[in-house]
Formats: sequence, C-alpha cells, structure tokens
Amino acid sequence: MSPRARLAVFGCAGAGLAALLFWGLAGLPAFGHYQGAYGNQLEREVMPERHTTNLVGAVVFDYRGIDTLGEEFILFTAVMGVTLLLRKNREQEIEDAPDDTVRSDAVRIAGLFLVAPTFLLGLWVAAFGYVTPGGGFQGGVVLAGALLLVYLTGGSRRYTGVTPLTAVEMAEASGAGAFVALGLAGLIAHGAYLHNFLGAGRQGTLESGGSIPLVNWATALAVTTAMLLLFKEFLEEYSVPVARRRG
Amino acid sequence: MIPLQVAILLVVATAGTAVVLSRDPLRQAVVNGAYGLVLTLLFVVFQAPDVALSMVVIGSIAYPLVLLVAIKKVRAHEDGEE
Repeated sequence: MSPRARLAVFGCAGAGLAALLFWGLAGLPAFGHYQGAYGNQLEREVMPERHTTNLVGAVVFDYRGIDTLGEEFILFTAVMGVTLLLRKNREQEIEDAPDDTVRSDAVRIAGLFLVAPTFLLGLWVAAFGYVTPGGGFQGGVVLAGALLLVYLTGGSRRYTGVTPLTAVEMAEASGAGAFVALGLAGLIAHGAYLHNFLGAGRQGTLESGGSIPLVNWATALAVTTAMLLLFKEFLEEYSVPVARRRG
Repeated sequence: MIPLQVAILLVVATAGTAVVLSRDPLRQAVVNGAYGLVLTLLFVVFQAPDVALSMVVIGSIAYPLVLLVAIKKVRAHEDGEE
C-alpha cells in the first residue's frame, strides 16, 4: 500500500473515531454532576454499616469483592503467562551473568536511603488502605517497587537474596488462595460469597471494616509477589542474551 | 472546572503528544515515565488519591522496567543478527 493510500485510510478511520468520541463527549453529564445511583447510596451507607473511612477500600474489598477477586486472578494469570513464555527460552543456567555491580556511589547511597522508607511507605499504604487512601493493590506495588530498588542499588545477587524464587512463588499462591478462602468463610458464615463476616469495629482505626483488612492483606501479599515474579522474569530475560553474547 | 484542572488537562495532553512524537524507543520510554508522573498529578488534582498512588508506582517503576528490558532484548537480538 502506498503512503498516500495509507494516509487516506488513516484519515477516514481517524475522522470516524474523532466523530464518535465527540458524540460521546457531548452526551456526558456536566462536569461534577454525578448521576450514578450506587455511588450516592454507598456514600450514605458505608460509614454506618462498615465503619470504613475510605469508601473506595470498602467498595473494592467488600461491596464488589467478587470483581476484585477477578482482577486479582487476572494479574495472577498474566504473571503465569509471562513466566510460561519467558522461562521456556531459558534452558541454560545463567552462570556467566553480566556483572551488574553498581559502581556509582551516588546511586548506591540514594538507593540505600530510599529502600527502607519506600518499603515502609508500601506497608503503610497497604495497612491503612481502608482508613485513608491506598489499599492492598497500591501498597503491594509500592512494596515490590521497594524491593526492585534493592536490585538497582545492590545488583542481581542481592536482589535474589531478598526475593528467593520458591518463597515468592509460594507467597503469591497463598495470597491468591487466602482471598478465595476468605470468600468461602463469608459463604459459610452468612450464605453469600465474600460476605463480610466480622464485626464493623471502631471507625477510623485499623480494626474497622470487619473482614476488609484480611481481604486487603491477602491482596497486598498476592500483588507484591506477583509484581516481584514479573520483575524477576524480565530481569533474568535481560541477563540471558548478554551472557550468551559474551560466551 | 477550576483553572488548575484545565491546566493539568492541557499538560497531560501535551505530555501524551510528546510520547507519541518521540521516535527513539529508549527516549520514548523515558518520556513515557514523565507522562506517568504528569498523569499522577492529574489524578491528585481531580481528587483520586488512590488512583494516583497506583499510577506513580506503575508509571515510574514497573512500566519503565518492562519497557527498558524489552528494548534491551530487541537490541541484543538485532546485534546478534548482524
């Protein structure tokens, strides 16, 4: 296809898409005028019912918990897919992995000062997920990011030291499994899957929200380890071709 | 809509265009990281702090890592064929 014909096809498709987008935009409610029924109802009912000050946390881990379970397993399956695809190409052991010792003092010192605070931030974001903005998902990604900083400052040997593969894989499975098990606990206690099965607790504290904290921590564990597995596969993929080129 | 929200929407539009217009993949990965940070600001301005928290980590750590490793891998592959 000649460049001119391609431009013509793109022009038609682009104009059509733009027209659809503007049509949709014109039909949106005015900015700031929320019209959904569920949002307003949850805003009235979450605090008295669950004593959870972060409504988003209560919605994600309780009112629409089954959706979150689905999302959790999307991540789980995606990581398994990456692992399946990438591990197949790695039949040889990486003995002559590239030397990735960090020689820049500035990077090492910055990393040293960042690892612990980032890890703490991750724990905080996960722990207070249903009290203040945050949650297991966000906290989990921050925690994995903190451990990735170990790689950036200490190289792959240190990184492998803090994230042993077997432990990470087992933790990933336990996190995902715990979510499913908590759902079953709700089913047994109240006849509905993922039903909140603990008392609401004290508002504005870590012991609010009933079983939301448990689901939240299961998610945090599963997400942290899923991200770690993802990083691990990609980082090893990075090491292999260099090693082969040298050998 | 307050002026700050209009301003951040314009900045996001500019940053998004910059990502599309970067031709070198490596440069594009870095510009994309900056775009992620701008998007984080957008979520803060529009009062979605939890989305902002996800975006800052995904946009500045996870996604650049995956991109950089992929670029590295493709380049190593191309070097091998020459």
